[in-house]
Amino acid sequence: MRLMEPANRPPTRAEQIILFRVGGQLFALSSSSVQEVRGVDSLAGSASEISQPSLRKVKHVVRRGDRSFYVVNGAVHFGLPVSPAALVFVLRRTRTALLVDGIEKMATMTRLQALPLSYCHEERQWYRGLTAIDQSVIPVVNPEGFLTAEELAMLDSSLPPNISPTEQPSETTDTTQ
Amino acid sequence: MTQPAEFESQSFVLLRLGERRFAVSALHIAELVAPSRIFRFPHRTPKIEGVILRRGRIVPVCDIAEQLLGKGLTSRRFYLIGVRHYGNKTEWVALPVTGDCELIAAEMTPASESDAAYVAGWISHNGEVIEVLNLDALTPGETVAPRTKTDSPALEARP
Repeated sequence: MRLMEPANRPPTRAEQIILFRVGGQLFALSSSSVQEVRGVDSLAGSASEISQPSLRKVKHVVRRGDRSFYVVNGAVHFGLPVSPAALVFVLRRTRTALLVDGIEKMATMTRLQALPLSYCHEERQWYRGLTAIDQSVIPVVNPEGFLTAEELAMLDSSLPPNISPTEQPSETTDTTQ
Repeated sequence: MTQPAEFESQSFVLLRLGERRFAVSALHIAELVAPSRIFRFPHRTPKIEGVILRRGRIVPVCDIAEQLLGKGLTSRRFYLIGVRHYGNKTEWVALPVTGDCELIAAEMTPASESDAAYVAGWISHNGEVIEVLNLDALTPGETVAPRTKTDSPALEARP
């Protein structure tokens, strides 16, 4: 009898992730997707109110350097109970800043499993997939999944006149709390 | 020369939901497992409760009782792990059931046009006529698998 040879697996590619809470629910986000972490209070001076009644999850736009980011309430986005947010993640290569309750911990993800195909609605845009950490299954959010192109266009149209929507994302990293 | 039978005998798994019994082709069943912790996270797909971890796989849990009985299950004894097809892909899906399951052999009468889409056919067992379920129609998900970012092996980090 011939034993089956072990399959040639690609080398391990670990990914650093941030485990954070929104509305009591635990999520994961690649740390490389986060450009900046700020306390909510520290953004007060640079945030402007924005009114788009059909998009309840966005109430503010915030200036970071020469760019503007739409502040998405994570709890409203995911349909979770709204609680006072403590932190905001400015997400790299997006125009989104995400309000979260707090950071649980940093971890290393060694396997990202695709979202099961039974999930067939908006969640397919919300998540990159699922990962198992400490015997728990945690959804790994897609940083580009918080605002669709249509929602961005809608928000751009309601920006105050002193804020330009056309500024391009930069790649600098500044993680401060 | 013997004429072939009109319908050949096949294997089915009988499952119980509340007071009713249903059948699924044994070819579409992977295993029967005890209930384990369900991990829940936000989503918008009806009938999906969350996922369980089974042999390193993440398996969605789908409560089919609401659709079949008109009400959800008040108790669950096992998860019947079924095989769901999405185009040329297959995935496991865990179906909560309320009682023991039984493997039987029976001849299936195919469903007619008037049957619901989730009915694959009918079998007769111990004087009872039982619906054979079509898991692909009963559980959520597109028939053809959508392309996702995680389809690409370059995006999957493995242990």
